[in-house]
Amino acid sequence: MTGALPERSPAGDEAIGLYGVTKRFGPVTANRDVTFSAAWGEVHALVGENGAGKSTLMSILAGLYRPDSGIVRIDGRPVDFRSPGDARAAGVGMVYQHFMLVESFTVTENVMLGDPSSGLRLDAAAVDADLRRLSAAYGLDVDPNARIWQLSVGERQRVEIVRSLHQGARILVLDEPTAVLTPGESEQLIRTLRGMAAEGFCIIFISHKLDEVLAVADRISVLRRGELIGTVPSAGTTRRDLARMMVGRELAGTLLDEGEAPPHPAGPVVLSVDHLSANGDKGVPALREVSFEIRAGETLGIAGVAGNGQRELGEVIAGMRRPTHGRVRLGERDITNWHPREVAAAGVAHVPEDRLGTGLAPTMEVDQNAILRAYERKPIARGSFLVASAVDRFTDGLIERFDVKTPSRSTAVRDLSGGNQQKLLIARELAGEPRAIVAVHPTRGVDVGAAEVIHDVLRAQRERGAATLLVSEDLEELLALCDRILVLAGGEVMGAVRAHGADIEVIGEMMAGTPLDRVESVAQGALAGGANANG
Amino acid sequence: MARTPGPTLPSTEPIRRWTLERVHRPTILAQAIVTVASVLLGLVLGGIIMIIAGENPFEVYRAMFTGAFSGEYNLSETLVKTIPLLLTGLGVSIAFRMQLWNIGAEGQFYFGAIFASGVAIFWLPDAGPWVVIPAMMVAGMVGGALWGAIPGALRGYLGVNETITTLMMNYVAILVAEYLVHGPWRDPMAFGFPGTESFSEATYLPTWGTTRVHLGLIFGLVAAIVLSVVFRRTRWGYEIGVTGASERVAQYAGMRTARNIVLVLAFSGALAGLAGMAEVAGINHSLQRGLSPGYGYTAIIVAWLGRLNPAGIVVVSFLLAGLLVGGDQLQITLGLPSAIAPMLQGVILFCLLAGDFFTRYRVTRVRAIAPAPASGEAAS
Repeated sequence: MTGALPERSPAGDEAIGLYGVTKRFGPVTANRDVTFSAAWGEVHALVGENGAGKSTLMSILAGLYRPDSGIVRIDGRPVDFRSPGDARAAGVGMVYQHFMLVESFTVTENVMLGDPSSGLRLDAAAVDADLRRLSAAYGLDVDPNARIWQLSVGERQRVEIVRSLHQGARILVLDEPTAVLTPGESEQLIRTLRGMAAEGFCIIFISHKLDEVLAVADRISVLRRGELIGTVPSAGTTRRDLARMMVGRELAGTLLDEGEAPPHPAGPVVLSVDHLSANGDKGVPALREVSFEIRAGETLGIAGVAGNGQRELGEVIAGMRRPTHGRVRLGERDITNWHPREVAAAGVAHVPEDRLGTGLAPTMEVDQNAILRAYERKPIARGSFLVASAVDRFTDGLIERFDVKTPSRSTAVRDLSGGNQQKLLIARELAGEPRAIVAVHPTRGVDVGAAEVIHDVLRAQRERGAATLLVSEDLEELLALCDRILVLAGGEVMGAVRAHGADIEVIGEMMAGTPLDRVESVAQGALAGGANANG
Repeated sequence: MARTPGPTLPSTEPIRRWTLERVHRPTILAQAIVTVASVLLGLVLGGIIMIIAGENPFEVYRAMFTGAFSGEYNLSETLVKTIPLLLTGLGVSIAFRMQLWNIGAEGQFYFGAIFASGVAIFWLPDAGPWVVIPAMMVAGMVGGALWGAIPGALRGYLGVNETITTLMMNYVAILVAEYLVHGPWRDPMAFGFPGTESFSEATYLPTWGTTRVHLGLIFGLVAAIVLSVVFRRTRWGYEIGVTGASERVAQYAGMRTARNIVLVLAFSGALAGLAGMAEVAGINHSLQRGLSPGYGYTAIIVAWLGRLNPAGIVVVSFLLAGLLVGGDQLQITLGLPSAIAPMLQGVILFCLLAGDFFTRYRVTRVRAIAPAPASGEAAS
């Protein structure tokens, strides 16, 4: 298939329509009754926090998942994609964050690979010519003869786009396309996409960078917790409006003042990090010069869209990730680069972001998971051996104290509900009465009842005098549990505010990447807690 | 020409199709039924191949069964072959539990045999049985452990894929043994035949009555008991279990994974090395070429069929030994090629692996999707 100029559909006609699309995974509803449409000639942005359901929606469009109910229409006709091939055939092209390219092949070879229209006969010259034509037509500068490993990230992305066009895509879905690009490359991409929209393509642009979304999109749809909150034209919409839609309308614009002010903790500093920087899994900086202190009996919340350094922060403190710069202190002791076991033994509990991959071994039983922190100490260990009766007693203790609902001690952890898994994990981490607690998204994906138990537990730990670092995307949770809230964006501290009386919109803007001192119309009161945030 | 964005199927049509659903916990009963059914299917398929080859499968199976399990001699020969399969099978199962693919039991077996032979011939040629046998056991285990620890260290500290290194080290070990029996260790009195001189009688493992069943069987059974205690009741066994279940959880808990990888592969190799020692001290009484007909590879099958469970491995190693011995008997009693045994082994394993799929997945029919009415405009 060569030549991908879309047949002129009258601009404004529906290119993609989703009507009442619902997708569940077990007990979790990833998309609930989502209805939205994007037109030919439009760049339509889909924004939302991680876990808001963007990826699931995208996978439905890509033919990877089928919705449990609802209708997907392409160009006005209902479709039922049973495979990515069906989606491709219908003219939907995907550009994923992780490129699907063979590094040792040339651009042309990658495009030919898996192109269903090529059949058995490979006509490299024709593909080559088509790529050159497409590159020139849309300003997608790509050399068909280059090998992928020689290309920059931006160039590889262009290869993905050109490949989709070559395969006949008229609707292009891009998943956080700028996450991997330099600012210059991002601008170029945005220009390209605008140009393609002008040619009649429909572009779906998934992102949570609000500035960019406003720059590229004609209309913006906001997802939150699997539901479509609304679709707005980007003209006349501010970043602040979007932030409000993303974090929750029912909270926005109000100063939370119900409840009495929590007593300001006067305890000694228990956990502190000083100019901490660290790289993410891909080796790019994920944390930049983060500093804060947490006192005994104090809870510091970390707000921010997931993927802005929160996980890395937790891992550096717990000893699972080496910082590139900076120190971590527990009381007077410098625990930077300590082994995870030593950090835990020194009194730091770690509730990791990834419950069933890091914190718990899903195929192992409840009791085997329960003793993960205690198996080397008495009474569970006697010399090199494990005492079965002590294992049972210890496990029963955790189950009882934290109300973990499990059929038995020997049930595999993956057979528990998310809430009970998390209760078990938290029970285990807090069993040793830790001095400091690092809890990353402790209530994500758990049911309301379990979330309440977890909140009560964290409050009790605060009362007991533990210093808690609570990372969450749920602002309500942070406001309810924390003394101060510090906002991370792009791995940097945007600012910190006192939780009591905090202005949600200020936090929302910081989450979108605006430092506190540059947030428009900062309420005077909201700044009060920020002064000592970096101290 | 652009492809028209086309509808494929109107989704108002009810859709029915079959799908696979993951079963979280296969029940023991389901596992047992599937195992038995798989073996039976394997025997049927094997029978079909025999029919194609012009044999009567019932006669062949009867001859094999008789050859393996009936009568003291046949049964004892099956037990003789059980010993190396049991020890090597237990050995590789330790590594498999930690998701380490040790397919080097063959080489570890040879290195155990080499070390034990060295002790018997050069170090303690005149010692009594109470000295030389324990010394050979230790040497055999050290030899096997060394051959396991090398790929272990490469994997643990440098991330080198152990599947490939353990496999390649098999050839190295076998060739080292060949070199020794052709060269420096060759018996000068053997008229140029490759092989070491015979060990002193003090090295002979005690045997059961007049049969060739030797003390190695006890080694194997003790090893099975020790392993089940290690897996279930020790801190180290717990660490292996956690690391095998999720390396990331092990890292989170602060377990020393690299060190454990080396230890596990060394322990795994030590049992294979002990098997090699038992073979030279119990059966051959010298180091020769072709010491193992591939025990170290069959061990992989033994470990999987036994579901990495020591008790299961005891049973499976006995049954597979029976298959080998029964296959050999075919040659004698029916004049058939003994290759029928490995053929059957392969077919049965194939069926079991396929059957395993059905213990982990369930085939279910997808209900028709009821589409919501396409009402309402896009939110705007």
